[in-house]
Amino acid sequence: MSHVLSLRCKECSREYPVEALNVCDFCFGPLEVVYDLQAIAKSTSREKIASGPNSLWRYADFLPAEYNPAIDINAGFTPLIRSRGLAERLGLDELWIKNDSVNPSYSFKDRVVAVAAAKALELGFDTIACASTGNLACAVAAVAARSGMKSYVFIPSNLEAGKILGAAIYNPTMVAIDGSYDDVNRLCSEIADSYPWAFVNINVRPFYADGSKTLGYEVAEQLGWRAPDHAVAPSASGAMFTKIYQGLKEFEATGLISHVHTKMHSAQARGCSPIASAYEEGRFVIRPVKPSSLATSLAIGNPADGYYALKVIEASGGSAVIAEENEIADGVKLLAETEGIFTEGAGGVAITGLKHLVETGKIKRDESVVVYITGNGLKTTELVADVVNPVLIEPNVEAFEAAMAARAAK
Amino acid sequence: MSVTVRIPGPLRKITEGADKVQMEGEDLSQLISALEAQFPGMQERLLDDNGELRYFVNLYLNNEDIRFLDGLKTAVKSGDEISIVPAVAGGC
Repeated sequence: MSHVLSLRCKECSREYPVEALNVCDFCFGPLEVVYDLQAIAKSTSREKIASGPNSLWRYADFLPAEYNPAIDINAGFTPLIRSRGLAERLGLDELWIKNDSVNPSYSFKDRVVAVAAAKALELGFDTIACASTGNLACAVAAVAARSGMKSYVFIPSNLEAGKILGAAIYNPTMVAIDGSYDDVNRLCSEIADSYPWAFVNINVRPFYADGSKTLGYEVAEQLGWRAPDHAVAPSASGAMFTKIYQGLKEFEATGLISHVHTKMHSAQARGCSPIASAYEEGRFVIRPVKPSSLATSLAIGNPADGYYALKVIEASGGSAVIAEENEIADGVKLLAETEGIFTEGAGGVAITGLKHLVETGKIKRDESVVVYITGNGLKTTELVADVVNPVLIEPNVEAFEAAMAARAAK
Repeated sequence: MSVTVRIPGPLRKITEGADKVQMEGEDLSQLISALEAQFPGMQERLLDDNGELRYFVNLYLNNEDIRFLDGLKTAVKSGDEISIVPAVAGGC
């Protein structure tokens, strides 16, 4: 059962009932779910979790919604893979890849939407909606299809074809907006009050955001009930990044793992790096930017959780790192060529960020590292289209042998 | 200078439910003062103790974030539209 006590403003600590609310009506601070961690500690155990379903619902004690089969498309409990090739290339002894690109709609967004949709049904909504850079639209539309809820997805009109198709196939009402994600988000914020919909990243956001805590729990469980020395994750709004850390800290608080010493590293692309720029300049005030990045799922110029991401960096002794735009595709290719995992631009940013962290000595060879791969490369094939360069031959043995000889001579 | 101000849900308690109000002013600071005069309590929700826009409040002038303009000193003209929007999350 759920161990939720209330919603609380992260800024002024005013308490609110557990309803579809996301903003403190006094200071506009974000609301977050408050849990009874003592009750969770009594209810949970390693054995109970390990015998649970192979999805994020194995952590139901820690989530703000009850399990509901109507919305279950088996999100979460994705592989944590011990790296061989990439670890060797980067000079790391213990590198793990959290491959969240193999969720049902091919991104970590299936986690947050699972929790948001379950809560939306509890609260009596029959429609879910979102503002999205692409992956969230796919996740919302997929869960809506499964549950029979109606869905409205709002996206920037210039998204990659794979993301638009990846959402449209589930038959949502899709609204493409001539503008950036920040424009889409503003519009959705303005209309959210006027429609009786569960906007997953607006009015049910406190519940939605907590789906990302499971990225912390899972890694701890899959590492054999311990936290890594370092975690590297891409950041857009900064919400997922902060929730990974919250997940690790909650496992510590409930006695499932011992001391969490994980240094949290946030990776952003040069074309949209409001969090990393603030970190580099020692500011806790985020200056919004106009995004222009190949990593479209990270193209949020006005990151709502940027301040909290900076606080997590500070509290954990971590850092923020920037991938240059011309390094993003290289990062995608490096992961593919060394590990057989095809990620989108955000993953390329994470891999490049990891590389820089090793090069600058922030991550040392003998330390354990987890890098989060949150989205799938098949949705953003435009980014790496130049890899397609087959050996073209006539269908006979001579042609093949000649082509191989020519290739060997290169 | 009559400007339309769009009021988000969390602030409509102060405006007695109105989702749009008309205000007079030369710049955004003056508009906020005018809002406060008509709807007491508005200013402290929008501005912090130093008179700066609160971190989690976004103000838009004709769809442009005022932080890309002249901040609270941004001039307004008749027919402009101001939106008050709470920060929201998305993406990773």
